[in-house]
Amino acid sequence: MTDAPANAARPQEFETVLSGSDKTVANFDTQTRTPVEKVQHFLHSNPAAVPLIVLIASLVVFAVLVGGKFFSAFSMTLILQQVAIVGVIGAAQTLVVLTAGIDLSVGAIMVLSSVVMGQFTFRYGLPPVLSILCGFGVGALCGWINGTLVARVKLPPFIVTLGMWQIILATNFLYSANETIRSQDIEAQAPILQLFGDTFKVGNAVFTYGVIAMVLLVLLLWYVLNHTAWGRHVYAIGDDPAAAELAGVRVKHTLVSVYVIAGLICSLGGWLLIGRIGSVSPTAGQFANIESITAVVIGGISLFGGRGSILGMLFGALIVGVFSLGLRLIGTDPQWTYLLIGTLIIVAVAVDQWIRKVAG
Amino acid sequence: MSIEPLLTARGLVKRYGRVTALNQADFDLYPGEILAVIGDNGAGKSSLIKAISGAVTPDEGEIRLDGKPVQFRSPIEARAAGIETVYQNLALSPALSIADNMFLGREIRKPGFMGKWLRMLDRAAMEKRARDKLSELGLMTIQNIGQAVETLSGGQRQGVAVARAAAFGSKMIILDEPTAALGVKESRRVLELILDVKRRGLPIVLISHNMPHVFEVADRIHIHRLGRRLCVIDPKQYTMSDAVAFMTGAKTPPEELIAA
Ligand SMILES: Nc1ncnc2c1ncn2[C@@H]1O[C@H](COP(=O)(O)OP(=O)(O)OP(=O)(O)O)[C@@H](O)[C@H]1O
Ligand SMILES: [Mg+2]
Repeated sequence: MTDAPANAARPQEFETVLSGSDKTVANFDTQTRTPVEKVQHFLHSNPAAVPLIVLIASLVVFAVLVGGKFFSAFSMTLILQQVAIVGVIGAAQTLVVLTAGIDLSVGAIMVLSSVVMGQFTFRYGLPPVLSILCGFGVGALCGWINGTLVARVKLPPFIVTLGMWQIILATNFLYSANETIRSQDIEAQAPILQLFGDTFKVGNAVFTYGVIAMVLLVLLLWYVLNHTAWGRHVYAIGDDPAAAELAGVRVKHTLVSVYVIAGLICSLGGWLLIGRIGSVSPTAGQFANIESITAVVIGGISLFGGRGSILGMLFGALIVGVFSLGLRLIGTDPQWTYLLIGTLIIVAVAVDQWIRKVAG
Repeated sequence: MSIEPLLTARGLVKRYGRVTALNQADFDLYPGEILAVIGDNGAGKSSLIKAISGAVTPDEGEIRLDGKPVQFRSPIEARAAGIETVYQNLALSPALSIADNMFLGREIRKPGFMGKWLRMLDRAAMEKRARDKLSELGLMTIQNIGQAVETLSGGQRQGVAVARAAAFGSKMIILDEPTAALGVKESRRVLELILDVKRRGLPIVLISHNMPHVFEVADRIHIHRLGRRLCVIDPKQYTMSDAVAFMTGAKTPPEELIAA
């Protein structure tokens, strides 16, 4: 290097032509994409589209196979009633999975909350509304413990919630002494506990308040995830927590809030559960955690975090509901439902991987 | 010099297990200047600016901003103090859009009821400001401001990160190899932007391996070697070969520079 310092403070010779460079935003003819690429691109920017298409397709298939009995307002709303709880717990699961976590304790939190709501009313004579608030408090506390262990102690979410699942379930059995509160007693003394089981009719369609609550919850969370800063931070954390931290997201704080909100949503699920089964039973809802993960995965939400839409989870839950009812009406062995759902889970993840190649 | 430095660091030490990244490093940044930081790979340049910007907490040493000791526990605190940083790994969220990334952590909300009570983001306002900043940087090949960052080329991503820092820095801007992946035109724009920011009165820390660029824009050059500041040189009094010789250990800098 022989350049004298005097002429250093000047652009390089080859850079002088830059004054003539293009000043407009680039614009390309997008028709050059192949149809397959277009589909891939569409699915990449609309993560809930795949489960929606599968949902519509399965409705059509069962309508053809079963006939009018299936495609009636009555059976459609029956499906909604059956997926209400999975939809609510799936919403909680969605929040956690979007942060690249997983929550195995959702079902246990739901059951413990419902037991607290029932026992506080019947064992301690608390006003039912207060007992319900206590149930929410217990859900928030469980979520806070999960969140703190994940975000601040930095333990893997799988391990934390696997442990908490056992701890909460055991607490639930020890506290309730395995005792069920009968439906008639609740109906007589604390009907508000069964609120979400109450139905109303629109023509032949039968809705429960639980169904309405589930749909409103999903829509609310969709808004929060897509149109508020907190929602964007949830996605950023699932994407790359280190980058999110450097870019100015309060990662630990947000993670804890995600688990607390998930816990609160599980408590709402516990309240719905009382409405659904009528009684308060410590042994109810055993499979809620697996069912919620199934809805999330079929709904196209990536288990690696940061990708997917909560609407997809709702469609995923409905797909499971359609398969269960459809196959039951056809009269097959219920094992066929599990076989098909299992296949769907694997296909959903394969499709997710394929769509993500757009980024590459 | 009679002017007080804006930011000083004394005796910074940072160890990662058995690796020492910073070994009693000093640092001074004066108001309104462009300070280049050069050094071999692994010399500890990124570690130095991470300690300054709150991304890592130094094990020892003291940092003063405007003469007052500061201890940033996170990049958010440093940003609140007006220190904006483009990290070497860019710190972008791949699945989020360009606009979402530029405003991450300081989103604009809609005015009135929607923003105050429903906390709704003002996408239109954020996208417009993001587009303006990118155009200022000459990143005209970005077609859709709502597109996910993962669909951008490496250089475009770097442009987004630089635009973010330039849009928000109010006290100083730190750029860790901002042109490493950029094309000729885009690098030139970043250099112009750096000079522009300087005209606005903000000091800049520029880490770069590109000697012509460093010598073109820098007022002073901080040479980093083996985890500490070896010396500070004036680019008008030394050649690029001198700088490279000092930074690689081929030549020892004169005594009076080491004292500085
Ligand atoms: N997170 C980390 N964990 C462990 N060691 C690290 C970490 N970050 C940096 N180091 C070590 O600290 C030393 C200095 O690294 P640093 O990134 O500061 O170098 P640099 O001067 O920025 O290099 P380059 O020019 O390659 O960017 C290196 O030896 C590196 O291995
Ligand atoms: Mg570096």
